[in-house]
Amino acid sequence: MANFAQQIVSGLASGAIYGLLGLAIVLINRATGVINFAQGEMATLSAFLCWTLIDHGWSFWPAFGATLLLSFAGGAAVQAVLIRPLQSGPLLGVVILTIGLLIAINGLDTWIWGGAPRQFHGPFSTAPIRVGGVAFSKQDIGTIVVAIVSVALVGLLFTRTRLGLGLRATAVNAAESRLVGIRVATMLAVGWGLAAALGAVAGVMAAPSLFLEPNMMQTVLLYSFAAAVLGGMSSPVGAVVGGLAIGVLLNVTGTYVHWIGGELRLATALVVILLVLLLRPQGLFGRAAVSRV
Amino acid sequence: MRAKIIGVALAFVVLALLPFVLSEFRTVQLATVGAYFIAILGLDVLTGHSGQISLGHGAFMAVGGYTTAILMANHGVQDLWTIPIAAVVAGAIGLLAGIPALRLTGFYLALATFGIAVALPTVLKKFDKFTGGSTGITLFGKPTQTGHGVGVWGMTNNTWLYALTWTIGAVLFLVAWWLLGSRFGRSLRAVRDSELAAAASGVNRSKYKVLAFGISAAYAGVAGALYAINIAYVSPDTFPVQLSLFLLVGAVVGFFGSIWGAALGALLILFLPDIVGVIPHVDTKQAGPTTFFYGMVLVALMLLLPLVLRGARLLSRR
Repeated sequence: MANFAQQIVSGLASGAIYGLLGLAIVLINRATGVINFAQGEMATLSAFLCWTLIDHGWSFWPAFGATLLLSFAGGAAVQAVLIRPLQSGPLLGVVILTIGLLIAINGLDTWIWGGAPRQFHGPFSTAPIRVGGVAFSKQDIGTIVVAIVSVALVGLLFTRTRLGLGLRATAVNAAESRLVGIRVATMLAVGWGLAAALGAVAGVMAAPSLFLEPNMMQTVLLYSFAAAVLGGMSSPVGAVVGGLAIGVLLNVTGTYVHWIGGELRLATALVVILLVLLLRPQGLFGRAAVSRV
Repeated sequence: MRAKIIGVALAFVVLALLPFVLSEFRTVQLATVGAYFIAILGLDVLTGHSGQISLGHGAFMAVGGYTTAILMANHGVQDLWTIPIAAVVAGAIGLLAGIPALRLTGFYLALATFGIAVALPTVLKKFDKFTGGSTGITLFGKPTQTGHGVGVWGMTNNTWLYALTWTIGAVLFLVAWWLLGSRFGRSLRAVRDSELAAAASGVNRSKYKVLAFGISAAYAGVAGALYAINIAYVSPDTFPVQLSLFLLVGAVVGFFGSIWGAALGALLILFLPDIVGVIPHVDTKQAGPTTFFYGMVLVALMLLLPLVLRGARLLSRR
């Protein structure tokens, strides 16, 4: 039973990371109707930036803050420079472009930092905390707390600020938002920036347990897709809940279903994606798509 | 039309003469290009003409490659006979995959096929009794299983691999050309451009989309089989997710899913490292820079293509 509780908590910790990246994917999908395949690689790049700052003698939290700002700027720049020219064209063009970015950033990471996995010392120790005979790792608890704070901040930004109102309006209807004076182009860039910053949180939180290397987020990206799809692809709450659910599901099936074990985690996530897309495309929290013909 | 026929005939002559002027090393490299060429032809049928994007075509190549490897290593089948079997097995799996794909539009199909490409190596490792796990399978047990053309007209093993791959590649190109020019190809493009209009004109959209998936997968299966025969070894790392993504790059580079550019895309996949190596201060001995430029080629193409098309339209208006 104690082991089971541990598995749940460590599942929630990895699930929090999937949820953060899933949320980033959903934010972009809601605002621009695009799935950003480069989201995972952007997060890896952020984690490498953070590592480099720490390597230059920064302590963790300032480095983390600087990484978030840099990632925000980078995400906004990607939207403004690369995505905007294609926004009016066929959506497939944007998807292929984000796949190009995925490949390019992966290559850039390998180019600059090399392919060998490196240790990333996170802010939380891996020492256990004992609660009623159950040992939880501080790193797991810390990751969950950071994720909750990030999601809460993004939620507040969207619901309580003028900027958030503009972002939501742009996501619902860009053309009419422009008519009422919202700077749609800025909003879209801010949306990509926010998504990149959320991804940076996910990347930095994932790095201590996954080891930092260029392909670090490739598997996480698939889990995050599963999270986003399970949550309905357009629901921010759904992405977070979906992420936690996927994290726990993978941990529990990996530990207790012997046949799945550690090896078939990716396949399990893929099965979740396929089942949801085929049986309930609107996911748990999304609205069913109705198209007028 | 006549220009195209002359062009194809010329290309075939060049292909036949190349081994006489190139080194053995280049010849065997071009044999690999041939395998990519066939896979890209398949992707052209699927993505270019039926509008269904696949980020997981490396997985169908893996099905073909493993079919060949298992038949040769464990059942002593001759390499030539495994190629049609690989096509049938991959094609059947493609048809099956095409049915759920009907329900996935645009992005979601991209997402699901991407998932397949990412998950495939782990699945191959899991079922190690069948696939040899991470060690993979070495193809050639007996010398009689392979190299049928070696010695004929003075062919070495490398020229034989080249001849085998490109003969099949040329035939499959002609088949694709004929298919896409026929009623089948027109129906595919009609469904791609407007499912509603196609259905209203009596085109069975499901049938054509699923068939496109099956044919495309069969092409990838042949490509995988030839790829395996060329390198005489398969393992889960032979078919990484990068392979699937590079195939898409190849298809896009080859004039956006037109079979006429497939060879260009295939050449780029193999020779981009050499091209990148020409840039000063770039070390292509490690994978990073090359991968970076693969990605940038795709990004640049997507950004420039609309401009090029617009420019062409402006010029033609004069």
